[in-house]
Order: sequence, then structure tokens, then C-alpha cells
Amino acid sequence: MDRIPILKMGDCLLVTIQVDMHDQLAVSLQEDLTAQIAKYASRGVLIDISTLEIVDSFIGRMLANIAAMSRVLDAQTVLTGMQPAVAITLVELGMSLSGIKTALNVERGMELLRQYIQEENEYREPDGSEE
Amino acid sequence: MVLKSDVHPIKSADDVVRVRQVARQWAAELKFSLVDQTKLVTATSELARNTLEHGKGGTMRVEQVENGPRRGVRLTFEDNGPGIPNIERALQDGYTTGGGLGLGLSGSKRLVNEFEIKSEAGRGTTVTIIRWK
Amino acid sequence: MSSVHEVLQKNEGAILSGWLAEMAASTRRSDLMGDTELRQQAAELLRLFAHAARNSSDTTSEAFSATREYLREIAKSRLDQGFTPSETAMFILSLKQPVFNSMRDELESDPTQLVAEIWTVGNALDKLAIQTVDSAVEFRDQVIVRQQQEMLELSTPVVKLWDGVLALPLIGTLDSARTQVVMESLLSAIVETNSQIAIIDITGVPTVDTLVAQHLIKTITAARLMGAECYLSGIRPAIAQTIVHLGIDLADIQTKAKLADAFGLALSRLGKSIVTAKPATNITSKPKDA
Repeated sequence: MDRIPILKMGDCLLVTIQVDMHDQLAVSLQEDLTAQIAKYASRGVLIDISTLEIVDSFIGRMLANIAAMSRVLDAQTVLTGMQPAVAITLVELGMSLSGIKTALNVERGMELLRQYIQEENEYREPDGSEE
Repeated sequence: MVLKSDVHPIKSADDVVRVRQVARQWAAELKFSLVDQTKLVTATSELARNTLEHGKGGTMRVEQVENGPRRGVRLTFEDNGPGIPNIERALQDGYTTGGGLGLGLSGSKRLVNEFEIKSEAGRGTTVTIIRWK
Repeated sequence: MSSVHEVLQKNEGAILSGWLAEMAASTRRSDLMGDTELRQQAAELLRLFAHAARNSSDTTSEAFSATREYLREIAKSRLDQGFTPSETAMFILSLKQPVFNSMRDELESDPTQLVAEIWTVGNALDKLAIQTVDSAVEFRDQVIVRQQQEMLELSTPVVKLWDGVLALPLIGTLDSARTQVVMESLLSAIVETNSQIAIIDITGVPTVDTLVAQHLIKTITAARLMGAECYLSGIRPAIAQTIVHLGIDLADIQTKAKLADAFGLALSRLGKSIVTAKPATNITSKPKDA
């Protein structure tokens, strides 16, 4: 069965969803991602959906789940590149994905993650309880 | 008035992907705007998943319909599954039996111009939607 | 209807001049149309009508198709020229009197037939006049639809205030159709210009009801899903009161009283600030060396 490739870039993971996903593929992405976050102790996850033509409630729920699960594993998720038509439809559908951080494109998304990781590190360093 | 029609099976997860593409083709043929196409395809995805998961499989009929100067796409999802005991409740936001967000039926209703649901316990469910250009 | 057709053909000249005289007395609009053109239209219509009347008295029949087509053209051209639909209808109706006159002269000997024929031809002309009014209204509706679309496009200018900052000044009443256009053009402008921040300014929106507020909230939520921030500015005190009275929740939305305030916020979010570089030039006096 097909799987969506997950790329590792330093302390971040990168996923580009390009295919018209069926539900099983979405479920396995969720499993693979959480496994890899745990394995590499990743601090950030970037999911690019700029080529995705629709996001229905199932995919929307999967994205929200990934963000929540990553959060539990101490990683921040950023969703990038959602198309206007997809965003309008998702809002009309009743999903606002309010727990997920978003960015216009991958570049902005990476900036956002770097910034977030840096802020977290600054917050953690003074008392030296981390690391 | 029905200008043309076609029937597609919904028996597997792959079929759900396929009927989404069918809906997009039919909408594109009528030169729906991108937003309208996306709304119709998203509603198709929700309803086809319902047919597969709650209705234990069924069919999607796709039709090009005409009403005066307007043209649109009509989709009919039909299954012979267990049916929906309480339609009013199933149409409320957040009501779910499948462990989802409960936006499938209520959400797709908001994405189309016309929405009709008929269900009989033990006989199955038929959902008809129309999106006008 | 053969005798109507005979009368029409035999007295074509007399009827035409009678018709033109009739129009000159009542509904003539010489400011909109010259004599030559009017005469041509009248002659052509009379010819078509006489020809059609030979075969049928039913104005919806095939025999009248050329007449109907010609009247559609007249309806369109007269609309463009500035005639009202009723003036166009009068053009056809004023043909009645001269036709009746000629028929009275021709059928003097047979009053029964005269009444029957006058009834038939009058009826036919009435129907043609109504059809022409319908066409005129239809053409006018098309113009209205086209203008509405043009207004929709014109009324939603998305302007760039700074690198990464867009503004959408809304003016006039917002309805569902317009809001959808506004929403789509703002969101696609965000993608095109790669802007992180968009400001929707509603200074020019007279009222905000629940529906409009919902549309605005949806637009702002969609922008957020795409990765852009959206501020709402230009909320007048009266509108602020309405929003609270209607129980609309704008808690998740960044609002500012003025567009300038929202712009200031946008700049600070982008890490930019405006500083005074030098004393302001006296803008009332002309620069000496420029």
C-alpha cells in the first residue's frame, strides 16, 4: 500500500500531501508521523497541502489529530499552503481547525517553526532543567 | 429536467476517491467556479463515506439537470443499509455515531443548494443533493 | 384572414402615411429617432405583417416568425436609443387606427365581416405589442444583470498597503452574493501577493446584521486557515452597538476602530515601525528647488 513520504530536516519533519487521499492513507500518515516524532524527538512538523484539492471532515479531523498528538509529543505542527477554495469550503463545512498553526507557504511555515523552537529553547535554558 | 446521467458503485475506499473525481468532472463540465467545484466535491466525499461506512456500500447516481436557465449537478447516494432512525438528530452539527466530528450530513447540507434525505430503518438511506451553477 | 391581407396590400401606402401621421400626433419622439429611420421601420413592419396575415391570424404561429424576429430587433434597438417599453408598444398599437380606417372603407358593404376582421387584426396587433414589451423588458433585465456583475467586480478592490499587507475597503451593503465575491477575491489576492496580513475595512458599510457578520467571520476564519491574519477595521460606534445587541461574537477577531490603527498593528506584527526621519516639510508652500 502507498504511504506518504515523511522527510526529516534537522529537528523538523516535513510532509507534502499531493495525492487525492483515501481514508486509509490518511490514517497511516497519522501513525507514521507520530512514530517518527517519537523516534527523532522532532520539535516541529510541517504539513504542506498546497496541491490538495479538497479537505473534507475526515482529512480535517486527521490534521487536527496530528496537531494534537504532536503537541503531546512536544512538537509544534504548522499547516501550510491551503488553497482559498479549500479554506472557504472547510469553513462552510463547519471546521475551523482552531488548534492548528498555519502559514501561507513552506518557507513561511519553516520560519514559524524555527521561531517557535527558538522561543521554547530560550524559555527552557535559564534554569537548565531541560537537556 | 435531466440532461444526462450515470451511476457509479461505492463499495470500497477507492470508490470514494473515484466518485469524488466523477463529481469534479461533471462540475467542471458545467464550468462551475473553483470554489463551487470544491464545495460539491467535498460534499460528495462526505456523503460517499457515509454510504460506505453507515450504509455498508451503495451507489452514486450523477445527473446533469436543468431548471429554466439554470443548470446544475444532482447527486443521489443510495444504500440498503440499516437506515437512520432519527434524521433530525443526524442533521445536527456535532451529532455522530461513527466517531467522527458529526459534520458529514449537516456540513454537506451547507455546501450545496438543495439537500434531501430519506431513510427507513432496515431499508436504507437515500440522500439527494443539487448544486446549481 | 385573406381579406385583411388584401386590404393591407391594397392600401399599403395610405396605411403607412396614416400610421406615421398617427405617431406624429401622439408618441413621436423625434429627439430619439429621425423620420427616415422611422419610416423604414414602419414600412418593413407593415410589409412583414401583411405577408404573415396572409397565412395566419395567430401571432405565435410559424407565419409570424419573421415579424416577431423583426420586433425583437426593434425592441432592442429602441431600448438602446432610449425609448421606454410603452413608447415601443405605442409604435405598434398606433398602426391600429389607419388599418381600421382602410378596412372600414373596403368592407363598408358587410358590417358583420368588418367587425370580425377588425377584431382579429386588432387582437393580433395587441399581442405583437405585448410580445415586444416583453422583449424590451427582457433586454433591460440582461442589461441589469450585466451591470450587477460589473458592479460586483468594481466594488471589491483589494489594495496593497505594504509588502505583506493587503486592505479591502468595503463600501455599500453586503449581501450573500457580494460577500462570496469579496471573500474569494481577498483570499486569492492573499495567495497571489503572498501577504500575511489582510485588513477588512467596513467604514463604508451602512449596517452590519447577523448574516453580514457571519460572512465576515467566515472570511477571516478562511484566511486564518490559509496562514494569513485578518483584521477588521472601521467599526463605527453604532455598528459596535448593533454587534453587541445582536449577540455576535467577534472575540476571536482582531478589531480596530480605524484603518490606520489596523495598519499600525500590521506593521508592528511584521517587525516594522514608522519613525520621523526629519522635520515635516511645510506642505502649504511650494518646494523651492524641485
